[in-house]
Amino acid sequence: MAESGALTDRLREHRLILRYADEPGYSQDIDCYLRHGGYEQLRKALSMDPAAIVAEVKASGLRGRGGAGFPTGTKWGFIDHTKNRKPVYLLCNADESEPGTFKDRQIIYKDPHQLLEGMIIASYANRAHLAYIYIRGEMVRGAQILERALAEARAKNFLGTNILGSGYDLDIFVFRGAGAYICGEETGLIESLEGKRAYPRIKPPYFPAALGLYLCPTIVNNVETLCNVKHIVEMGGAAFAKIGTPNNTGTRIWCVSGDVRRPGYYEYDCGAITLGELLYDVCGGIRDGNRLKAVIPGGSSAKVLRAGEIYRVQRKKPDGSAEEIEMRLEDLPLDFDTIAASGSMSGSGGVIVMDHTRDMVECLSNLSAFYAHESCGQCTPCREGALWMHKILRRMVGGGARPEDPQLLLDVSGQIAGRTICAFGEACSWPVESFVAKFREEFEAKATAAQESESLSRAC
Amino acid sequence: MALIKNPFDHDLTPADAPLVHVQLDGQWVEVPRGLNVIEVARRFGKLIPHYCYHPKLSIAGNCRMCLFEMGTPKLGPDRKPILDAEGRPVLQWMPRPQIACATTAFEGIGIRTNSPLVESCQEGVLEFLLLNHPLDCPICDQAGECKLQEYAFDYGKGRSRFGEEKVKKPKRVDIGPRILLDDERCILCTRCIRFARELAGEDCLGITERGGYNRLSVYPDKRFTSNYSLNTADICPVGALTTKDFRFRMRVWFLKETESICVDCATGCNVTVGSREGIVYRLTPRVNEAVNSHWMCDQGRLGFHPIHSKHRVLEPGRRADGRLFPGEWPLLLRQVAEALRKLDPSSLALLVSARMTNEELFLVRQLRDLLQGDGEIFTEVVPRKGKADGLLRSDDLNPNSRGARILGIGTDGERLPELRKGIEEGKIRALFCLHEDAAGAGVPEALLSGLVLLVWQGILADRSSEIAHWVLPGASFAEKNGTMVNRAGRLQRIQQAIPTPGRAKEDIRILRGLILALGGEDFGQSGPEVFAKMAARIPAFQGLSWVGVGNQGVTLPGEVQ
Ligand SMILES: Cc1cc2nc3c(=O)[nH]c(=O)nc-3n(C[C@H](O)[C@H](O)[C@H](O)COP(=O)(O)O)c2cc1C
Ligand code: SF4
Ligand code: SF4
Ligand code: SF4
Ligand code: FES
Repeated sequence: MAESGALTDRLREHRLILRYADEPGYSQDIDCYLRHGGYEQLRKALSMDPAAIVAEVKASGLRGRGGAGFPTGTKWGFIDHTKNRKPVYLLCNADESEPGTFKDRQIIYKDPHQLLEGMIIASYANRAHLAYIYIRGEMVRGAQILERALAEARAKNFLGTNILGSGYDLDIFVFRGAGAYICGEETGLIESLEGKRAYPRIKPPYFPAALGLYLCPTIVNNVETLCNVKHIVEMGGAAFAKIGTPNNTGTRIWCVSGDVRRPGYYEYDCGAITLGELLYDVCGGIRDGNRLKAVIPGGSSAKVLRAGEIYRVQRKKPDGSAEEIEMRLEDLPLDFDTIAASGSMSGSGGVIVMDHTRDMVECLSNLSAFYAHESCGQCTPCREGALWMHKILRRMVGGGARPEDPQLLLDVSGQIAGRTICAFGEACSWPVESFVAKFREEFEAKATAAQESESLSRAC
Repeated sequence: MALIKNPFDHDLTPADAPLVHVQLDGQWVEVPRGLNVIEVARRFGKLIPHYCYHPKLSIAGNCRMCLFEMGTPKLGPDRKPILDAEGRPVLQWMPRPQIACATTAFEGIGIRTNSPLVESCQEGVLEFLLLNHPLDCPICDQAGECKLQEYAFDYGKGRSRFGEEKVKKPKRVDIGPRILLDDERCILCTRCIRFARELAGEDCLGITERGGYNRLSVYPDKRFTSNYSLNTADICPVGALTTKDFRFRMRVWFLKETESICVDCATGCNVTVGSREGIVYRLTPRVNEAVNSHWMCDQGRLGFHPIHSKHRVLEPGRRADGRLFPGEWPLLLRQVAEALRKLDPSSLALLVSARMTNEELFLVRQLRDLLQGDGEIFTEVVPRKGKADGLLRSDDLNPNSRGARILGIGTDGERLPELRKGIEEGKIRALFCLHEDAAGAGVPEALLSGLVLLVWQGILADRSSEIAHWVLPGASFAEKNGTMVNRAGRLQRIQQAIPTPGRAKEDIRILRGLILALGGEDFGQSGPEVFAKMAARIPAFQGLSWVGVGNQGVTLPGEVQ
């Protein structure tokens, strides 16, 4: 919620998804939503051919907002409706558990019908007649809000049988998780929805679009992704694709937390502002006049960026040829591709800021505690490695660091990433790898300090 | 096809599966399309180490021990594979290792089982698995046949970098009547869970807790009671599941292994008998895809114990005035032969066991022919009926009913009631019990004691042996060589693991002694010798040899149902 006025035009938020969310008087009621043009896009969508909606979403260039940035239209295109004879399910991933991420809950708590409208359109486009919202267990009130919104929508025949006379049937149910991060991994989510332990499935063969919920074709999309669908129907794929930059279309909600003056969530066109502008202008700079030390740009699983780093980034010139340019951390545009080119990822949009007073070993130890607790424990490298890394870091923070620890941490994280069942393996090892690689001196200093204090205590 | 239906058969492909070309560590080979990559490697003598993969269970892909480097044909602009000078597809290698257990062969797949990346993956997984492992090897029953030990030796680092406190988990958890769990040793491969669910049909095991604290648990208020529970101890790659029966009884490397079959029912599951110095310590299932696949039931597995029972008859002897006097075999056999010869053949009955081998039954038949002349000696077997369980267990608890039928011994027990009647009516006045208890088969003891001659041959004392005039201690299945025909008409070998105890004697030798004493032919004194002579005379066994039957058996053409 940037204070307008203080910001130049360029830095003013462009709210598409959160357009009404924080408007005074805007409520979760369906009447309020309808007054703001709600469910008009559903009417429009129901008059379209489902395949045409998929085509619009493809044309829009929309990429998933859940973390991986996978093109939504491509995902939807995986289901071949000419061959498929099984029911199709649509699942809304509202598990939002990635540390540093708090965007989906804004939508759910403040504008639930926007999500429902997006979901109904997406379900129609994918020919699903049953959809679920898998909501994080801790969001008790969010679940209640959604239940109420669903009842309202049912009462108005936006859900149910023969929706708005179109002949299309759909129902949506809320399913509450039991409080585990891994339930946000799409195949873990599916297992959990089936009533089992949220053990992610092996891929291949269990790609959701082929063998998803009850081994039927299933589309899993993030809350924010699904909301975008409504706007794509409204403006058309081509117009949507003009928002942002090529291959980085639409807006994104950035959740800023940590050592800035004004943490919060801010919605901008992809690539419209830089990381520096977000931190210094939008969020009012580093707190207490401190200096920036590090930023995690896309939720805690993304690799950390260190202040002062220069990145070599590929950029397309207007004539289509590529050029490589050098970029400072502050100059990175907030999009998908440039942040990926910096060696990290925009992930879930959770920007975590650390200032110069932060002890990076402590920060990493904190993160590693989360991953050690949240590993589902199904596969060996992640189960054993996540806990091991945390034990090493906890010992380092507690004054027991050893000279071999930094290298050991790198080795262990290297033995996890790329070798596990699900992307949690990367999620838990990338922070370790990047923290140690980029702040190695701090990790080594811990060992030196520990040795000094030991020889001191021996001398006494 | 095995007599049990496996939920999966990753190691088998349909006979009509087309062959595809696969590059295995640089060599192009042909394998059926769809064959699991672990099995592809295995067929060419290479081991892709694995823990969670089992050819007969669903794929879990959780241990990550089987990571390999996978190549796919590089496609040209025309979307067709680019070929090298030899006409082979040029491969491109995926940067990420893949799990072999969830990959199947397709045309042009490249498999690297020992590249630096693969070795680094294997070393990493092993290091992880050992971090919190209790390393109980000195007192662990699995030691010596533990995949953690084996792979640590073959693929491990050889030193530990773990300087933290280990995770503590429950030990000695009683999860079922026959099985114990040590959670600290468990590597969470979920093989046992999948076995219980998919094969035993008893979904009762699962994983509780989170992450590094995960542990195997039995469902609340449930126990793993399946009659197949002990198979989990076999497929558990480590010493996490141990059988209460074998636990702490013997270090496995001291066990002599003898390939045999289970004689607890007509299925004839193939087993390995583990013995040491005259004592059998355990039976474990031995793979035979025509019979039991990888499995056996708990009852059969534990069924060997009576052979070491204190009721085992160890001395041959003659009863006089109610007392049994031990005697020397040659003398006793001559005396028994003499007593049998003196009888009117029609007054003699043979009560024979369908638990005896074909060779023994063949000799019984020779003995009968010698004795009966033109008359007829009543001969019958004792039926044993149980309940088939739809898995392995047969409703016929005699392991060789079909052999008895082939050899013309009895009528599956249909005429058994005539035995009692014959004795009651005084027509039958002498009885030779071979591994059967006449009292147990329905002849009251009072009638038995009235017989002029009662000869008993067997292993465990019973009511008949208590009153028999002659007691001839024979051999248990672990103490002899022979063949049996299972319920599917498959001829299989049992093989001697231990010597007969005390002065007990292999039944073939007892019967041979009697036959020779009666002036009959010498059919040899070992299972293989008798088998050769039998095969020459009995049409069903025509053309078969002891060696040819092998350790997997052969299906008798005339016996397939
Ligand atoms: C460990 C892990 C946790 C995840 N948690 C979430 C989550 O909480 N919410 C979410 O939308 N996606 C999450 N994802 C990503 C999902 O697997 C999936 O890619 C996403 O829901 C797809 O939606 P999208 O294409 O709309 O982004 C997670 C992925 C991993 C590996
Ligand atoms: S990588 Fe971690 S979270 Fe994912 S399946 Fe394996 S143990 Fe579970
Ligand atoms: S399971 Fe294997 S490695 Fe573990 S204690 Fe037993 S023998 Fe040793
Ligand atoms: S007890 Fe054995 S078979 Fe079962 S999960 Fe553990 S290691 Fe695997
Ligand atoms: S054997 Fe393939 S992952 Fe365990």
